[in-house]
Amino acid sequence: MDIVLEAKHIDKYFKKPVKFQVLKDINFQIKTGEFTSIMGKSGCGKSTLLYILSTMDTNYTGELYLQNQLITGKDATHLSYLRNKHIGFVFQFHYLLSEFTVLENVMLPAKKLAEKSVVDIKQTAQNKLKMLNIEHLALKKASQISGGEKQRVAIARALINNPSIIMGDEPTGNLDSHNAENVFSIFKQLSEEQGLSLLIVTHDEDFAKKTDRILLMEDGKML
Amino acid sequence: MINWNIILSIAKTHLVTKLRQTLVATLGVTFGIGSYITLVSFMTGLNAMLDDLILNQTPHIHIYNEIEPSKDQPVSIYDDFASHLNFVRSIKPKISQKKIHNALPIIDYLEKDKDVLGALPQVVTQIFYIAGSIELGGNLTGINPLEESKYFNLEDYIIEGSAETLENTDNGIILGIGIAKKMALNVGDRIQISPISGDFFPLKIVGFYQSGISDLDAIQSFTNISTVQRILGEANNYITDINVKLKDLEKALPMSQLIEQQFGLKAVDIKTANAQFDTGTDIRNLITYAVSITLLIVAGFGIYNILNMLIYEKMNDIAILKATGFSGKDVQLIFMSQAMIIGILGGLLGLLIGFGLASFIGTIPFETEALPTVDTYPIHLQPSYFIIGFSFAMVSTFLAGYLPSRKAKKIDPVTIIRGQ
Repeated sequence: MDIVLEAKHIDKYFKKPVKFQVLKDINFQIKTGEFTSIMGKSGCGKSTLLYILSTMDTNYTGELYLQNQLITGKDATHLSYLRNKHIGFVFQFHYLLSEFTVLENVMLPAKKLAEKSVVDIKQTAQNKLKMLNIEHLALKKASQISGGEKQRVAIARALINNPSIIMGDEPTGNLDSHNAENVFSIFKQLSEEQGLSLLIVTHDEDFAKKTDRILLMEDGKML
Repeated sequence: MINWNIILSIAKTHLVTKLRQTLVATLGVTFGIGSYITLVSFMTGLNAMLDDLILNQTPHIHIYNEIEPSKDQPVSIYDDFASHLNFVRSIKPKISQKKIHNALPIIDYLEKDKDVLGALPQVVTQIFYIAGSIELGGNLTGINPLEESKYFNLEDYIIEGSAETLENTDNGIILGIGIAKKMALNVGDRIQISPISGDFFPLKIVGFYQSGISDLDAIQSFTNISTVQRILGEANNYITDINVKLKDLEKALPMSQLIEQQFGLKAVDIKTANAQFDTGTDIRNLITYAVSITLLIVAGFGIYNILNMLIYEKMNDIAILKATGFSGKDVQLIFMSQAMIIGILGGLLGLLIGFGLASFIGTIPFETEALPTVDTYPIHLQPSYFIIGFSFAMVSTFLAGYLPSRKAKKIDPVTIIRGQ
């Protein structure tokens, strides 16, 4: 199987308030279609790792490959493009633009990518919403829907550009068990039916157990 | 690659959802530009009026025969005394004629010059106005009424009668309004004129003259050149002054110097004669611009404040935009375009309001004895004010938007997302 994401010898230090090594020599690979979770206690550096992998944090040493391309050291505009095209995000807190409608929120990354016409993008966005059973919310304002619905909209948005990998930072952390279950089954379905790679940081042991592979972290090291 | 559609649509959504703040910021710009336009058109209108008051009646070059002592006394010309130190006390001007020698050929010569619009002869003399037992000193100026109207706007200052009636009336006089009031005279009455040499000449009053400068109106009257020449008992080549109007005012100084050299006459150009008016105009312009720029700076701070607050409120949005692939530059452009939209809308509205207000002021009645030609407040609207005003709006909103938007560009999404 192809390798989607590969980390080689990643080290990271926090300089403030005192110099402290958060990540110590992290090495791992994510293959296409793999549903991986990263587990560990609070403060072990798993979120920090995720933000490095997401290309948003560039302040580290080591090498990062996305689809076998070295992305360490690329300029900010190129990294923005890579995030836009290849990486989908789901956060613990929904992070929708509250003044826009659900549909506009989902369409936004695709409009930025601008590979398709607006009509096509709209069609794709509606398909994604339909797939997640929230097509009836399309024209509502993002501020008017429930927490579970927001998270599903965020997933739809993460999927809009057909990314190579979906990354999640505690995507079920803020949801009740019913909605958490719902989100998990969506991820599982995406992984199995569409061969999408997923990398999810979580506290939730039940959630992690159901994934293909668990990466355990402790004190900045991968076990 | 910049995708303007999406940047503008996000900017628009921000502006529309924060309608009240947007309106406050826009009105700030509108107020600044509106007052600039109003102020500048009113001020320049006022300037033009004050300039007209003096400069319109003033010849660009005034040529006359100055009575002054000779610069070179005979003793200093005499070679034998060249090595001596000479003192001549109590020098007096020598007797000379008031009239300009060869005035008519000089006028012909001047009128042929391509820079000259017109060269008008005048005969200026001191006389007494006599009505009954009252005797008042004054000036009587003999003119060509129609040409004076054409080149020096005489008609504007004739409040009753006209230059034409003076031209057509032998022994007519246009009397200064101050004299007429003092002597209780009306158009159609007769007034006795006595030159310094004696004699009496009855003249018929055909009109009144009001310059707006009451000291002048109390002494000055006009009549035809031939009438004055007759009163003084002089021939028709007796001309005391020549007033020249040029096509280009800037050429007045060099030309006056040339005339002094060429004809040995005194020639005063308009700028030398009215230097203080230029200074006044400059200072009024300075005040106008200082006030307008202050207003725009205040408006700019308003925009700066509102955008700054907006960016604090939208931290999460900025983080999510960056996380989903918008670059720092895209985010900066979103906030910059908000500032520019506020600037363009506010600026255009300001131009309209400024135009409306200025036009309104232009219709308010403003009547004063001193200014017979003015009946509403003077307003001077010029396209360049609108261009300057709009550019002001653009520059100030650009600066006000640039600083906050640069901050938005630099926001690190990781810090925001982790901070939740």
